Order: sequence, then structure tokens, then C-alpha cells
Amino acid sequence: MPTITYRDALNHALREEMQRDDRVFLMGEEVGVYQGAYKVSKGMLQEFGEMRVVDTPITELGFAGVGVGAAMVGLRPIIEFMTWNFALLALDQVVNSAAKMLYMSGGQYPMAMVFRGPNGAALQLSAQHSQAWESWLAHIPGLKVVAPGTPYDAKGLLKSAIRDDNPVIVLEGEMLYNTKGDVPDSEEVLVPLGKAEVKREGSDVSLITWGKMVLVAQQAAEQLAKENISAEIVDLRTLRPMDVEAIAASVSKTNRAVVVEEGWAVAGVGAHVADFVQRECFDDLDAPVLRVHQEDVPMPYAKNLERAAKPDAKKTVAAAKKVLYLDT
Amino acid sequence: MAEKKASDQNGATGSVETAARGDAALRRDLLRQMLLIRRFEERCAEAYAIGKIGGFCHLYIGQEGVGVGAISTLRDDDYVITSYREHGQAIARGMAPRAVMAELFGRVDGCSKGKGGSMHLFDRNLNFLGGHGIVGAHLPIATGVGFAIKYRGGDQVCVCFFGEAAVNNGAFHEALNMAALWKLPVIYLIENNRYGMGTALERASAINDIAERACSYDMPNEVVDGQDVLAVRAATMRALQRARSDSIPTLLEVRTYRFMGHSMSDAVSGTYRTKEELEEHMKRDPIVVLRLMMEQGDGWTEADTSKLDDEVKAVVQDAWDFADASPEPPIEALYEDLLVDTTS
Repeated sequence: MPTITYRDALNHALREEMQRDDRVFLMGEEVGVYQGAYKVSKGMLQEFGEMRVVDTPITELGFAGVGVGAAMVGLRPIIEFMTWNFALLALDQVVNSAAKMLYMSGGQYPMAMVFRGPNGAALQLSAQHSQAWESWLAHIPGLKVVAPGTPYDAKGLLKSAIRDDNPVIVLEGEMLYNTKGDVPDSEEVLVPLGKAEVKREGSDVSLITWGKMVLVAQQAAEQLAKENISAEIVDLRTLRPMDVEAIAASVSKTNRAVVVEEGWAVAGVGAHVADFVQRECFDDLDAPVLRVHQEDVPMPYAKNLERAAKPDAKKTVAAAKKVLYLDT
Repeated sequence: MAEKKASDQNGATGSVETAARGDAALRRDLLRQMLLIRRFEERCAEAYAIGKIGGFCHLYIGQEGVGVGAISTLRDDDYVITSYREHGQAIARGMAPRAVMAELFGRVDGCSKGKGGSMHLFDRNLNFLGGHGIVGAHLPIATGVGFAIKYRGGDQVCVCFFGEAAVNNGAFHEALNMAALWKLPVIYLIENNRYGMGTALERASAINDIAERACSYDMPNEVVDGQDVLAVRAATMRALQRARSDSIPTLLEVRTYRFMGHSMSDAVSGTYRTKEELEEHMKRDPIVVLRLMMEQGDGWTEADTSKLDDEVKAVVQDAWDFADASPEPPIEALYEDLLVDTTS
């Protein structure tokens, strides 16, 4: 099976879906001539032409709205945000237009479109460029939200997102673009939206996570294994709709849960997971649910402070030991 | 702006002005539409006062010539998108007064099944892309509709209505810039009723001739008398021709006046405009302007007006009765139309 980067997996997904359906087009800043700010759309302008790979002015609200309008009349836009940090300018279109159009029109206007781009922190990009927005987006009824952590899931989720007849948010990871993984090229890779995957089987503690934090959870699980602690990794993959059955199945096995998320704790996605677990898995729990997350500060620039602010394997190991009462 | 040759909606050729003027039958139909909207809106005010309509309710009284004039020039396959003051435009586009009133009453037979209300009237069959409630937000959406038309190689046009207050919003700039940059068939139609809620244009915009904003985008533009429905038709037809044949967008500044408050909770005159100013503007009622023209040129009589008025009042009464009898949406509808459960 070929090993490819997360970046190439996304590129293949975009190209395969644009070859499959000529209503699909890609629009955003630097997607064409520049070949993508992160080279995700490399070669696509040459393959599909400038009507289907559309460079925009730096105008997030504007081109997100262009995508909404095109979707209203039957095209299937993929709107790329150079990063989700810039997408804050476009949130009115994502939230007030894309997410609500079907509902407030009484079912007349489905919004088959994708908003995608890198989410979360990279390295030393400081406060305005290092933020994880999933709790903001997963909050909104009418959206679907996915956060792939591996090249396979990146390809499969993006392809499913493009085929879905609803607005789908795809949260990629700048730090994931160069990561590699097995992705078959002999078969169609489609990952269903709303389905979690157990990335590592375990029996002592459930690490519930998504997106870039799947890597952190894997590092933590390796370290825990050295201490004979068996961690199970539940990769949610989709945050809305959330595969709560997968969470319940894992917690019923391990009786302990740690949520590992990239964003801030207050009103975070992890709070929603913890709410579900305490309500639906109460009798299974042997310890309170703990959360690993970014410290409650804007991302600092200095290397040491940035490291301290981010969730990491060490913090995850500590949380896992705490729910196992091994932290004394 | 120089007069250009255009085909009118009946396929005959003539000057735009001649086509815009139409014949006596067309003028009668324009008068009927404006009168219907006027009577409809008056009954909306009444329904609001007794609690049959809730939420925000923005009436179109005084501005009928704008929506009726512009929409009367469109083809069925063109698109209309607008803001939250859109009852009149919906009716002008052909939406049944029954479906509009039922929506306002929050009933299942409403055009949006009672889910949208006054600010969110939609009709897919009429390419009526909705009332939108965030000032300026539907302007980039209109640009996107224009993009889709061009993407498919069609010759439709999207007409986008909005109030003059939206020109101070970033979305206006972003939408018009891209439409001009990419040459998209969109008509951005400012309904300049002089007040953004209670803030006068000159208290909100650094320039008062807001059609000139189009110069920033090298976009054709025109100032139009919105109280003259035929002038609105002529200007829209000129813009349509540019859009259809050359895919060039236009900014129309249509000057009109709101005879009512911003919404039902706002006094007709009040802190931000005087009774005298209001009365002065009400002298140029678009319905009266056209009626006088018809009395002078078409042999139209007072009795004709009276008969037409009775006819539209009956249509509005029928809409009211229909809405009143329509059931509330079933409680199961709460979770319906949240997501589509298919993939393509």
C-alpha cells in the first residue's frame, strides 16, 4: 500500500472528486497560481483551469459568501481558508447563511458545500495564528464538522464531505500536512461522516480525541504501554454528528476516560464529551473524566511558553495515570 | 447614461424607455401589483398589532415601485435575492399572497413552512433566493449566484436588493469588487430609503451620492427615481442588457422613501425624521405617480382605481383567511430540514 503525505491525500481527494463531478470547484486565497499556501492544491489549476480552481482576493467573508450563493443554485463549492484563524471573518456566512439556509427555507435550499483549511497551532506563529476552532463550529446545528488525524482519514473524510449534500467543515492540521500514512490507490477511499474509529485497542483507559491530537494520544499510549498501562485511542474523526456510541463502547470497556483536545477548555468539545460520558456511562466510570487541552491563554510566541501552553503527550500520560489513581 | 437599444419582454425591439413604459395593460398590471403590496402590508400591520404576526416585521410601504419595477423586467429563470424587507419583492416575483401571509403567521402552509418568518421568505420554484436578515450578508451570496451562472455558461441575471445602509458594510465592498473583477451578471440594487433604521444616510456614509461607490470597482452605475416604477424598469432593463450580453455587473441607486417606521416597533416619524419630512415624501407615492400617468395617458379613471382596489383587497382578505386557517407546523417539524440525508 502506498505511503503518502496528509497533504497529498487531500490533493488526491480534491482531484478525484473534481474529476467525478463537474459541479465541484475549489475557491480560496492562493489555491491556483501559487499552487496552494500549503501546496494542497498543487497541480490543480493546470488540471482543471481557472474557472474551477479560483484564486480570490483576500476577502474571507466575500468568497465564503460566493460559495454559499453558488451552492444555493446547485454548484458544490469547496471553500479553502488559508487557515481557520482567517475564517473568523467569514463566520457570518458559515453560521448565518450556510448552516441555516436549508432550515429557514423550509427545506428548499440544501447547501452542498465544504469549508476547509488548517486548524490549530503550528510552531511559533503566536496568538492570532494558533487557534483551534472546533468548539465554535461544532456548536452550530446545520453543520457537519470533521477533523482527520491521518492521511487515510484526510482523504476519506474530505471525499465524503464533498459528496455530502450538507455544509461540511473540514479541519486540517498544518502540522499534519507532512505526516505520512498508508492510503490505497487501488480502491475508492471513503470514510463515512459521523463514524469514530478505534485507532489503538486498549483496556485500561480511553483516550478520546480527534485531528492532530490523535498523534499526541498515540505518543502518550506508547509511553503508557512502557508502564504496562493499556490505553485505547478513540479517534472521533467527526465532531458533529458525534459517534457517541463509539465513546460509550470504549468507556464501558476501560471505565476511564481522558479527552485530549487542542483547543481551550472552557465550552470546548471535550466538555461535551465529558457531559455525554457522565450522563450515559455513569455506572461504567471508575474515575471522573479528565481533559487535556491548551492552557487558558492566547498562544505565546516564545518556544518554551508555547510548549507549556500546548496539550502534549506528557500531560496526556499524567491525566491517564490520574484517572487510574497511579499519580501518587 | 446614454439610451441603448434593448429587446423588451415581449420580444419587440424599441428603445429601453419605450419598452419600459410598455402598454396600457402592462401599466395596469404594475399598478395592480403595487396596490396589492400596499394593501397586503397594511393588513400585515394590522395582524402584527393583534399578535398574529410576531418577531420583526419590516413593511415595504412607499417602496413598492422599486421591487415591482425591477422584478417586472426579469425572466423566470433569473434570480432574485434580497434583505429582510422583502414581502413586496416576494409578491412581485409571483409568490402567492397566501403563502407569504401564512409564513408571517408562522403556519405550515407558509412559503418556508413557517420556519423562516417575515425575514426569510424563500421560493425555489420562482428562483427567489430569500430574504436575509444580516445587513450586507446576501451581497456576496448574489456574487456567488452570478459566479454560478458564468460557471455554467448561462445568460441569467441575479438581481440583489439591499438598503443603502449596507453600502457601509465590508460585505458590500467584497461582493462588488469580486463581481466586477470576474465580470459576473449581477445587478446590485440599492433601495435608498434614506435611513438605516434610524440613522440618516448622511450620518452614516462619507459620500451621499452612493452610486459613486461603484467607481471604486469600475462598475457601471445609475441613479434612479424609485417612486417612478417605469423609470425603475428602464434602468433595470439597461443593467440587464449589460449583464446578459456582456456579463457586466451594475450598481443601481434607486432613491425611494419608507413611509412606515423601520419595523413595527418603530414609530412612523419620531426622533430621527420629522412629520413634515415624511409628509413631503408621501406626496410622491409610487402608486399615485403611476395612477396619475395612467389617468393622463391611458384613459384610466377613478372608478378603475376603485375597482382594482376592491379586487386586491379581496386577494389580501383571502390570504389572511387562508393563513388564519392554516395549521401551525407539527411539532415533528422542529427537527426537519436541519440536514439533508442524502449524498451525491
